[in-house]
Amino acid sequence: MVLLICLDPRYYLARQTGKLTRGMGTLQPRWGLPPCRQWDCQSKPMAIIRIIAALAIVCVVVVAAFVAFAWRSPIDPINRPDTTAFDPALVARGAQLASAGNCMTCHTLPGGRAFAGGVAVATPVGILHSTNITPDADTGIGAWSPAAFTRAMREGVDRAGRHLYPAFPYDHFTLLDDDDLAALYAFLMTREPVRATSPVNEVTFPFNQRLLIAGWKLLFLRPGPYKADPAHTASWNRGAYLVEGLAHCGACHTPRNLLGAETKSAFAGGDTEGWSAYALNSASPAPVPWDSDALHFYLRNGWHGDHGIARGPMAPVINNLDAISDADLGAVVGYFADILGKPTEERRQAARALLERVRAGDQSGAAKSAKTAAQAASADEQTPGARIYQSACAPCHESGRPLPFGGINLALSTGPSGPNARNVLNVVLWGLPAANGERAPIMPAFAGSLNDQQLTELLNFVRAQFGTGSPWTGIENDIREARSGRRPVMISPAHGSDAASAIASQGDTQ
Amino acid sequence: MMKLDINGAQHEIDEDPDTPLLYVLRNNLALNGAKYGCGLGQCGACTVLVDGEAVFSCLIPILLLESKRVTTVEGLGTIENPGPLQRAFIEEQAAQCGYCIPGMMMRAQALLQKNARPSDADIRKALAPNLCRCGTHVRILRAVRRAVALMQSASMAPAGEGRGQ
Repeated sequence: MVLLICLDPRYYLARQTGKLTRGMGTLQPRWGLPPCRQWDCQSKPMAIIRIIAALAIVCVVVVAAFVAFAWRSPIDPINRPDTTAFDPALVARGAQLASAGNCMTCHTLPGGRAFAGGVAVATPVGILHSTNITPDADTGIGAWSPAAFTRAMREGVDRAGRHLYPAFPYDHFTLLDDDDLAALYAFLMTREPVRATSPVNEVTFPFNQRLLIAGWKLLFLRPGPYKADPAHTASWNRGAYLVEGLAHCGACHTPRNLLGAETKSAFAGGDTEGWSAYALNSASPAPVPWDSDALHFYLRNGWHGDHGIARGPMAPVINNLDAISDADLGAVVGYFADILGKPTEERRQAARALLERVRAGDQSGAAKSAKTAAQAASADEQTPGARIYQSACAPCHESGRPLPFGGINLALSTGPSGPNARNVLNVVLWGLPAANGERAPIMPAFAGSLNDQQLTELLNFVRAQFGTGSPWTGIENDIREARSGRRPVMISPAHGSDAASAIASQGDTQ
Repeated sequence: MMKLDINGAQHEIDEDPDTPLLYVLRNNLALNGAKYGCGLGQCGACTVLVDGEAVFSCLIPILLLESKRVTTVEGLGTIENPGPLQRAFIEEQAAQCGYCIPGMMMRAQALLQKNARPSDADIRKALAPNLCRCGTHVRILRAVRRAVALMQSASMAPAGEGRGQ
């Protein structure tokens, strides 16, 4: 009925002339439309037709203007450049940049051919698949000229002129300078071409209309290379260039708005691949505030004794950072130290006291040791969550064995102080899988051992005992969505593992 | 006192709730099929089923097992009347030292209960957490495929939840 009304031009005629009110009551319950005279809408038919015509023209003009604005021409294909045409030093530099930019992580299926694409990415508009960026002429980027590559990186438009979804983080890559783009191009064009077509994206109307992405870009993309801020040192600017550009840290660590664009609250924490990416600004939930030394160590090794182990989507990031020099890593760390700011004296004192307690061997819930001691004294009064923790978790997490191969004291871990239960939940359910053929931190999975109620009790205990902040909400829903796969969770072996052997989802772990 | 449902039989266990299931199986109940390998949930020799899911019994405290059903390799059949997985492993002579085999069978059982016609890739993926140091992997894979065929033949319905039933 409503649809019929919507489709009936008389409704709009009536609305235009402001004479709808009287007839509306009769419209609601009946099929068919009442005689038009009831609406009293025929007094000025010619005027109305003129208004309609004017509106139609305006619409056509607006749509035409938008299409003209959004339209991008194809860039002529080229023959795939001869691999010997590129300076090996440039290719080597491109390899480092591609690693720091995490290109392979999104553009390679676990166990698949490098850069051949096909990785599914769940986004608010549907499932997207990464593209083949090997230099295959038909299915990859073999026919792309340097200009086409630069346009894709800076403006998010492919060679054929199609707008690319911002799951490809060109809002960051646009900051890359010409030299780095040339090096990346040289690296990718000298890879082995792979003939591979990615699955079709599962995006519903209207989001499958790529021209609309031009509107998104108008709102959120500021194209153009990075401009150094003269108020800061060269090292700070280098850090900003890497963090905001190539490494696109904000793609995970900055919250996104309803249209999927990063908000102005840079590094205030975001959600990514089923995990919570912690805030890296003054709102950082780390019980011990990060300092430059700890950050440098963590980003190099994938773990830090006072903070924990990189897992989920952060594990491949650590692998990829192997490629960048100590000087560049130092610049990244310096930039983040600035974003994190100096912790308050109160926070520093609390951290010092916590570390003293942990190092003195007070392993039993260092954050609230008095409370734990009381609980240990009267086991009968322990909550079910506390009993599960004591029997299933404490044997490793309170063993005092140092990281990376011992379990971290959860009072030091950021997880229990995180914004929601998801990170601790993911690790409890699926653990930290063993890396193939390499020594790396591990944790067994408990998905088969704990039922939903036991998990909920355990998570509530861990939050209350080791975390800061109010109790987590939505735990039951988080558990259901994680177990069912409705919330896809990226599971990855820890640092040290071969990126190509990475596990992609919770379904692949045991 | 804890009540445990193991292979369909009820057992009253007077042990600390922290005690790993593996210790109770072997020390209290003389169910010695599940093996102690690494004690860290990294080798799979101790694998049993809890409510149909394969778990490392060395890591699961009995506290977590109230009103859950545990199945061990002894629950898949008897010496006189081996279940399809056991028969398949014997027929393929899949064991060398045999230490990993009960865990392998339980991991395979969990797979076959969910997926009656697994592909080779499914079997390899499912068995990946279980290690075998002798190197009989190829025979183990053959045995699982044979078990699939046995379970599909009319004479052998899929193994149930054990001898208690």
